[in-house]
Amino acid sequence: MYPADFAYYRASSVQDAGRLMNEHPGAKFLAGGHSLIPLLKLRLAVPPALIDIGRIVDLSGVTVANGRLRIGALTPHAEVAASSDVATHAAALADAAGQIGDPAVRNRGTVGGNIAHADPASDLPAVLCALDASIGIVGASGDRTVPASEFFLGMMTTALGEDEIVTHVEIAAGQQHGSAYAKFPHPASRYAVIGVAAVIAADGDACRSAAVAVGGLVPAPVRASNVEQAVSGEALTDASFAKAAQRVGEDLGDEILGDLFASVEYRRAMAPVYVARSLSAAAARARK
Amino acid sequence: MKVPVNITVNGRSYQRDVEPRQLLVHFIRDLGGLTGTKVGCDTSQCGSCTVLLDGVAVKSCSCLAVQADGAAVTTIEGLAEQGTLHPLQEAFWDKHGLQCGFCTPGMILASHELLRHNPDPSDADIRHGLEGNLCRCTGYQNIVRAVRHAADALAEK
Ligand SMILES: Cc1cc2nc3c(=O)[nH]c(=O)nc-3n(C[C@H](O)[C@H](O)[C@H](O)COP(=O)(O)OP(=O)(O)OC[C@H]3O[C@@H](n4cnc5c(N)ncnc54)[C@H](O)[C@@H]3O)c2cc1C
Ligand code: FES
Ligand code: FES
Repeated sequence: MYPADFAYYRASSVQDAGRLMNEHPGAKFLAGGHSLIPLLKLRLAVPPALIDIGRIVDLSGVTVANGRLRIGALTPHAEVAASSDVATHAAALADAAGQIGDPAVRNRGTVGGNIAHADPASDLPAVLCALDASIGIVGASGDRTVPASEFFLGMMTTALGEDEIVTHVEIAAGQQHGSAYAKFPHPASRYAVIGVAAVIAADGDACRSAAVAVGGLVPAPVRASNVEQAVSGEALTDASFAKAAQRVGEDLGDEILGDLFASVEYRRAMAPVYVARSLSAAAARARK
Repeated sequence: MKVPVNITVNGRSYQRDVEPRQLLVHFIRDLGGLTGTKVGCDTSQCGSCTVLLDGVAVKSCSCLAVQADGAAVTTIEGLAEQGTLHPLQEAFWDKHGLQCGFCTPGMILASHELLRHNPDPSDADIRHGLEGNLCRCTGYQNIVRAVRHAADALAEK
């Protein structure tokens, strides 16, 4: 399969990428290409030009400074999964990055591309919502930072403007909590049929507070506030997680996605299973 | 619009003017003689197009040739050094890790990636590491044995 013809420009910096986008209306940014190139091949996207941002070196890498874990937009999933800083400060993100697709996909796909693309079956959007991440953006009208909860607006729809580039994501470092991601992967594509990220702060053997976000079966990740409330103050036991997880149905909203592999009903029934698993795994880390 | 690229494949550098839409797998296969890299699914799922790009396994059906400009590609043809099969190639042969052979170049390069990170993998690690590669013939058992055998052979070296 060949993509339709397009022009190709390579950006040397974020500013250069912005300038090129300005000169070539309708163009698309190209990062790892692992969402975009499949779409081009199927001709579901036919942009007149691609602006390759893949070589802007300062957009790549993981750092911890001033109490913030910062992950550059071009950091490949494999690097996120292997990073000890990510494991320490945002374990759920390391879990999720390590379960994306397969090793070759993780070598090419990037954090920025994953969230800009905002496929409902992607793993990172739910994780970033649960971890209260913020997303750094640069565009013609200046820099801005958007909380993950306001970034993902719907199926493949984000707060990102046409000319805007995701530069990084940021998460508070050194938090006293445990976090984990539990995923039901599609058996062929490995994309998330259901993915749940949980963050738990422990108070001895009880849950002080919890953040839970669910993706995969909804158009954009949702925070499971009913589950969060139900688990807060309760004992950190699998029995209380299983009970709280039943509340997720109230959090999911009306639009549940289904397909030939996993129907709406099946996904709805399986959601509490993965909520409970993510809570249990997060609690095990929170106790340490 | 054509774009000049310089891509090293198995140690030899190739300067070409390519259409930006050309996929890396076609760039490689159209060089002449280097058809070991296969196109199986063409939808990023099967891994038969796996090559090493600057030493790292990628699916070349999902990369553009322009993205590989300046990089060094290793294909299955480049794995044997001076006519001596790589221990992975030897192991796939010895352990009967193939039947039709279509998936084998990708399997071997994906196994190369796995052993780079984990030189002593368990059977489960091997199955996990080869998650992005599909085989329609072998049932995988002998592929897992071959990778385990290669790991042992590489450890002895
Ligand atoms: C076989 C396969 C399996 C996969 N399985 C999973 C999975 O299990 N879970 C999962 O989460 N994902 C999965 N993916 C998707 C993978 O994570 C992609 O790499 C990722 O979604 C996109 O990242 P990219 O760097 O490849 O982006 P590209 O494909 O280069 O770009 C995707 C989109 O984002 C835009 N974009 C890219 N970077 C930026 C930026 N910095 N700023 C603004 N816009 C930008 C592009 O213009 C484009 O519209 C899979 C992909 C494949 C091929
Ligand atoms: S041909 Fe590239 S993954 Fe199947
Ligand atoms: S040996 Fe035939 S596809 Fe694997």
